[in-house]
Amino acid sequence: MEKRNAKAWLYLVPAILFLGFFMVYPLIDVFIYSFEEGYNSASQTFFGVGTYNYSYVLHDPYFLQALKNTFILVIITVPLSTGIALLISVGLSSIKPLRNLYQTVYFLPYVTNTLAVGLVFMILFKKTAYSDGLINMLINWFGGNSVDFIDGPYWAKMFVLCFYTIWVVMPFKILILTSALASVNEEYYKAAQVDGTSKFRIFRKITLPMISPTLFYLVITGFIGAFKAYSDAVALFGTNLNAAEMNTIVGYIYDMLYGDSGGYPSYASAAAIILFTIVLTITCINLLISKKHVHY
Amino acid sequence: MKIVLQNLTKKFPNRNKKVKGDVIAVNDFTFEIPDGSLIGLLGPSGCGKSTTLNLLSGLLKPTAGKIFFGDDDVTGLPAEKRGVGLVFQNYALYPHLTVRQNIMFPLENLKGADKLSKEQMNEKVLEAAKLVQIDELMDRKPDELSGGQQQRVAIARALVKMPKVLLLDEPLSNLDARLRLQTREEIRRIQRETGITTIFVTHDQEEAMSISDLIVVMKDGVVHQIGKPQEVYDKPVNLFVAKFLGTPPINVFHGKVEDNKLYIGKDVIFDSVNVDNKEVYVAIRPEGFILKDEGVLGCNLTGVEVMGRDISVVSTHECCENVAIRSIIDADNMVNVGAKQVRFDLKPNKVFLFDKETEERIDYQL
Amino acid sequence: MGNQVDYEKIEKAAKNRKKLVNGITYFLLTIWGIIVLFPFYWMILTSVKSYASYNSEYYPKFITLSPTLQNYADAFTQVPLAQYLLNTLIFTVVTTAIMLVVVILSAFAFARLNFRGKNLVFTLFLSLMMIPNELVIITNFVTITNMDLRNTFAGLILPSVTSVFYIYLLKENFAQIPDELYYAAKVDGTSDFRYLRRVMIPICRPTLVTITILKVIECWNSYVWPRLITDDENYYLISNGIQELRENGLGRENIPAMMAAVVVISLPLLVLFLIFRKKIMAGVARGGTKG
Repeated sequence: MEKRNAKAWLYLVPAILFLGFFMVYPLIDVFIYSFEEGYNSASQTFFGVGTYNYSYVLHDPYFLQALKNTFILVIITVPLSTGIALLISVGLSSIKPLRNLYQTVYFLPYVTNTLAVGLVFMILFKKTAYSDGLINMLINWFGGNSVDFIDGPYWAKMFVLCFYTIWVVMPFKILILTSALASVNEEYYKAAQVDGTSKFRIFRKITLPMISPTLFYLVITGFIGAFKAYSDAVALFGTNLNAAEMNTIVGYIYDMLYGDSGGYPSYASAAAIILFTIVLTITCINLLISKKHVHY
Repeated sequence: MKIVLQNLTKKFPNRNKKVKGDVIAVNDFTFEIPDGSLIGLLGPSGCGKSTTLNLLSGLLKPTAGKIFFGDDDVTGLPAEKRGVGLVFQNYALYPHLTVRQNIMFPLENLKGADKLSKEQMNEKVLEAAKLVQIDELMDRKPDELSGGQQQRVAIARALVKMPKVLLLDEPLSNLDARLRLQTREEIRRIQRETGITTIFVTHDQEEAMSISDLIVVMKDGVVHQIGKPQEVYDKPVNLFVAKFLGTPPINVFHGKVEDNKLYIGKDVIFDSVNVDNKEVYVAIRPEGFILKDEGVLGCNLTGVEVMGRDISVVSTHECCENVAIRSIIDADNMVNVGAKQVRFDLKPNKVFLFDKETEERIDYQL
Repeated sequence: MGNQVDYEKIEKAAKNRKKLVNGITYFLLTIWGIIVLFPFYWMILTSVKSYASYNSEYYPKFITLSPTLQNYADAFTQVPLAQYLLNTLIFTVVTTAIMLVVVILSAFAFARLNFRGKNLVFTLFLSLMMIPNELVIITNFVTITNMDLRNTFAGLILPSVTSVFYIYLLKENFAQIPDELYYAAKVDGTSDFRYLRRVMIPICRPTLVTITILKVIECWNSYVWPRLITDDENYYLISNGIQELRENGLGRENIPAMMAAVVVISLPLLVLFLIFRKKIMAGVARGGTKG
């Protein structure tokens, strides 16, 4: 038995080494960092222990800006993307011809590089000296005035960010919802149809309850994902997100760590732990609500 | 290869926390299996027969006792060093390998001096495949084979490395009725041809009786009887063995002996048995009945089932444990189906007496 | 007669209604399809417009009559695009390969072997799934910097290897293989490692393919870690390479050439997707998340 024990551990050694070194240790370390005041990454020294890092971060206007942006992004994109994905999935499951084609097309954004395609969105929305860009052209056609979505007013930028974020997260949600819809037993629909139930009632009374676990899963992962938004913003507005007023919490963490404003792992750690706390709280609230409403 | 089990015991820790103590799956087995014989381990499910097989294969380690292959004590040897062939109930063929690759798999494990060349392996594989008559299916995958063919592949895979002992776990249970008959003959033939000591597990007494040299009847981890099939059938040591063997099952009556007379209800069955006065079970094999108008045992007739060569007379009796008494009678006999009563004489060698307390068989003479 | 239900009329009305609903469904689905596809169309269109014609269009045109491949040539010659692609390829292949080995070995230990503390260790592994990357990336950044591994492949790859979720996924799959196969192999004298190699891995190939594809997508598109750990252009991956282009390279002046670079970067995964469409979608449905 002893020999078998040793052999099993041997198989686990690589995983334990990697996880220990790059996940468990950092996890402990990030808490330590966050309480080390005045840490200097060059000399690796610090003055004392306390909550100053947290108070600094929470009073930093850039962080507050990032916090606000992230919350707006979450509140707009999560319900909207889930709702649209649900509509599209229901539509998809109600058609037969071309269904595979639509599904394939809808999945494309999943396999694209967020940074690369973000550039396409940027040039679509950007207004420059020599061109208003395609979107502004459309707005002009409908009698509106040109807006610079990339370097212009806050809400215009926020609109593009939300739009791109939704574009990016849709494939996953559509895919998960269509497979959930497909797994609902056909016989329920037939039974309801024979009883003369209207389509809308079938959807509300049968389909929705049946897929409610999936919906809540998507909402929860959607919240978590949206709170960690970063690369979409970089793709649209460049790496200097603070200047563009479009930074996110994750962006703030990385800026604190590295780059022109970097070199402050303690502040970054404090911000990361604040983010983690927020995500954890929201997830717990979500789970509590889902316990009450999910029909399984 | 002769196999000897010595006080073999296997206990499992109890999963059910409410009950204390270990579960004894195999309790103090001692018996010897002669070289080159075909042994059937027989018993109802949960009697420990599969555990015994796993102890023999080395997949399980006994709690106590010893196992000898020939003169070698193999109790401590792990499965891979024992040189046994094992055929699983659901065959356990590797789904991604072809028949050929499946059969070759054990040979590829050989190392060092035993290592075979590619040609030798192919030859052995073909030989094993021919033995079980699947040499035409070599390049198919398991899921392209019927149940019977899969079974043959599994046997070939177990045989290819010339095991000292071949173990078969419920070899026929996954086959349909027709294939079952055919396959059990097949197993008998293969065993004869190879001469490998073979032990198989089954809960089907007919299966065990039909092909085994010896059968071992087990219940609740205890061996009840070991013997040649006919011997066990004709001289069951106790009520359980008597009930477990035979189709239709034996008919069990509550009876008693008084002044050397054997009673079932009010009927005197035998009027001079050399048994002390006591309550007994009277067990009568279905073929032990003779239809006779003035026979010793009267039963209430419920029906007659015609089965071609024989007929089965179904009747009831207030003293009978069975819901219905089944007696197998030659089809030449005429039964008045409209009658309410039917009377039988009994063949003494088909009538067993068992003690009410111990359920052991009571030897008696008329 | 007047009271008789006109079934023909009801039938016709129901049919028309169905047609209408169907028409609206297709219309809306097509609109989303256009929203999804348009950026791809625009990126290809822009990449074949000549520099001059692109900049002369105040209102961008939806087609071009004189497509050119000059932009692609520019993208490869004026910026180290090939270098970025090669780096990403190396990063993706090596990371995925190491990940597979680590994942297979540990999933095997959890699914097949028995050892003291197995359940405890597995629970610990699972709980690591909840840890967001953002929390550990800070220390990893400091660690890699201190180890002097910035701007090396080792620094890029090592922290990207582990994937607890894939260990979980594969372990579940391994555990579905009937125990009899293992016992059969055991009786035949097969070693654990050979059983893993010859039986478990081939049987679980679909799951391994899924894991591989998901990891490849993840690696190909990873941005945050490469950005933190590389500032030498020779080690840029495509994501931070393209970002660099946008801010300091082609993006400033030559938009069509930049779009050509975007097309080149996007193409490998799109091709992979079109080949393994079913596998990828099934794999993502089983266990993928974006990011």
